Amino acid sequence: MSVTTSTHRDSLIIDGVTLNSRLIMGTGGASNLAGLGEALLASGTELTTVAMRRHSASTAGSLFQLLVDHDIRVLPNTAGCFTAREAVITAELAREALETNWIKLEVIADEHTLLPDAVELVDATEQLVARGFTVFAYTNDDPVLALRLEQLGAAAVMPLGSPIGTGLGILNRHNIELIVSRAQVPVVLDAGIGTASDAALAMELGCDAVLLATAVTRAQDPVKMAESFRHAVIAGRLALQAGRIPKRQHAQASSAIDGRPDL
Amino acid sequence: MSGTTDGRTVDVAVIGAGIVGLGIAWAAALSGRTVAVIDAAPARGATFAAAGMLAAVSELLFPEEDLLELTLTSAALYPSFVESLGVDAATVGYRETGTLVVGVDAADRHTLADLRGLQVAHGLNASPLLVREAREIEPLLSAHISAAYRVAQDHQVDPRLLAARLQSALAKLARRSGWVHQPAIRQNAVRLLHEKPSDSHSRVTGVALHDGSTVAANEVVVANGLAAGALGGLPGGLELPLRPVLGDILRLRIPSPLQPFLTETIRGLVRGNSVYLVPRSDGTLVLGATQREHGTDVAPIGGVYQLLRDAQALVPAIAELELLEVTTRARPGTPDNAPLLGRVSSGARGADIPGLIIATGFFRHGVLLTPIAAQICVEMFDNPGDPRWHRFRPDRFSPHSLKEHTRA
Repeated sequence: MSVTTSTHRDSLIIDGVTLNSRLIMGTGGASNLAGLGEALLASGTELTTVAMRRHSASTAGSLFQLLVDHDIRVLPNTAGCFTAREAVITAELAREALETNWIKLEVIADEHTLLPDAVELVDATEQLVARGFTVFAYTNDDPVLALRLEQLGAAAVMPLGSPIGTGLGILNRHNIELIVSRAQVPVVLDAGIGTASDAALAMELGCDAVLLATAVTRAQDPVKMAESFRHAVIAGRLALQAGRIPKRQHAQASSAIDGRPDL
Repeated sequence: MSGTTDGRTVDVAVIGAGIVGLGIAWAAALSGRTVAVIDAAPARGATFAAAGMLAAVSELLFPEEDLLELTLTSAALYPSFVESLGVDAATVGYRETGTLVVGVDAADRHTLADLRGLQVAHGLNASPLLVREAREIEPLLSAHISAAYRVAQDHQVDPRLLAARLQSALAKLARRSGWVHQPAIRQNAVRLLHEKPSDSHSRVTGVALHDGSTVAANEVVVANGLAAGALGGLPGGLELPLRPVLGDILRLRIPSPLQPFLTETIRGLVRGNSVYLVPRSDGTLVLGATQREHGTDVAPIGGVYQLLRDAQALVPAIAELELLEVTTRARPGTPDNAPLLGRVSSGARGADIPGLIIATGFFRHGVLLTPIAAQICVEMFDNPGDPRWHRFRPDRFSPHSLKEHTRA
């Protein structure tokens, strides 16, 4: 992963598309469309994911129109799919309706955990790549699985911090670091973000972007929370690039005694 | 040929125009007999609800092995029965697709393995599949099933289409053969007529209808399901122990992007509950069925919820389908789940009562058993019939006095 010193040129490039914000937003959980629009604007996001099974692309005044109006790129997703076949059908519908090859692939094992089903995920990734899709694979925080998905042609891997909607943050930092250290494709931390510090941490761990939805849409003040995430992602990214100090067991005075003015 | 009446005269009068009655009437007509089918609402009973699985193998249950010979024989008759209608098999929804039997938890896997043992012991073929193999056949099957078998010989038919086609074929044959009367009589039967009106064990000569008119017949076949027990003029001492076993069944429409949703019939055991999904060639899916002996003929939320819940465990994408119809009907159940099929013995004379055949109590198997019921009835018009089927005689539950002279 290249680390540049200029924050202004620190764009994320996926599949040849340049994104100037490293915050990818989801739309689930929003109580009204206007509030969601404001929050998306406040977040500064340039890419937002929408569940194809919950929103119709053809409806006027829909969520899709909102994204177009705000010049935000749509990343359709396959939320609600339990089998590879369903995910492939949903992706094809998205491609036809939205004229994009991009798809955020979600294949869920069950309603209780909403955790990805690894076997179905691998099958679906392989099928979608073969059909010419740019696959953003939502995956468990499993370094082995993440690498498999990359090898099968995923354009980005999106490990979870913790299960969808829990707000538990990043439960296994080590695995996220391991995924980042081996990935040749962008790594997007997806799911489990609760508050701004979680997003900053993800960026400090080396993730290329953060995807979140309910942390904003279900916050008491979604617009303010969206703005906080905009800053958090930038902050985490800058901190990573700046190079943090090593951790030590014992204190080290910030000002050395040597050379101190003898007053 | 039969006694004089003020009404119509036919060779065979069939009471009840469900799938069984229609099948019997059709076979009788094909044998050269004139026929009347008596029913105020043809094919609106259990036939209207039935999914039409021809599942002799996968319906086999441990306590019902006696039924197997009958169900297998009938399943084998289906192609020629459909062919006798002179139409393309697709027009009655007859499809020789197979059946996938799947389980969801470890106990389901165990139960299905035991059932397969029973099937194999009877020389039937249920091929074990890896879950992966089953999902190659049906990719929308849940990834979380525990066991799968394929039964190639369990097919399907659409009972509504078949019943409609039987009625039209019968009408056409009647026209072509120049029958005096329409074969369909849109009335309910009230009472059997006897040669000696005071002796209910005397020869049956016809049927009295709701409007007071009569139909004279050489043979009367009682095939009106649960209503058979309430028919007047049944032989004294004959008990027809029929009880309603209610079933709720759903019909769903598959949106075009999801087609083909399933290619085979799926029979699932979901944490001990049975559920089946039958894909029709018209883009609909039949999801059934509850089995309950309480409540009304309106589907209870609990039953519908259970069907949908269990179906979703088997095929999660069912959530994307459109709910077209919830149908509740009563199946005519018997104490041993086997039909009441054959002649009735006259206790006094020790012989069977002439002119009367009972064909009811088909419970879950009416559609499957229609061809064999039709064949058995037509055989019995001419002779005592195949002794293999005497164990389904309708007087088997009747008091000893009626049965004492019955031949084995």
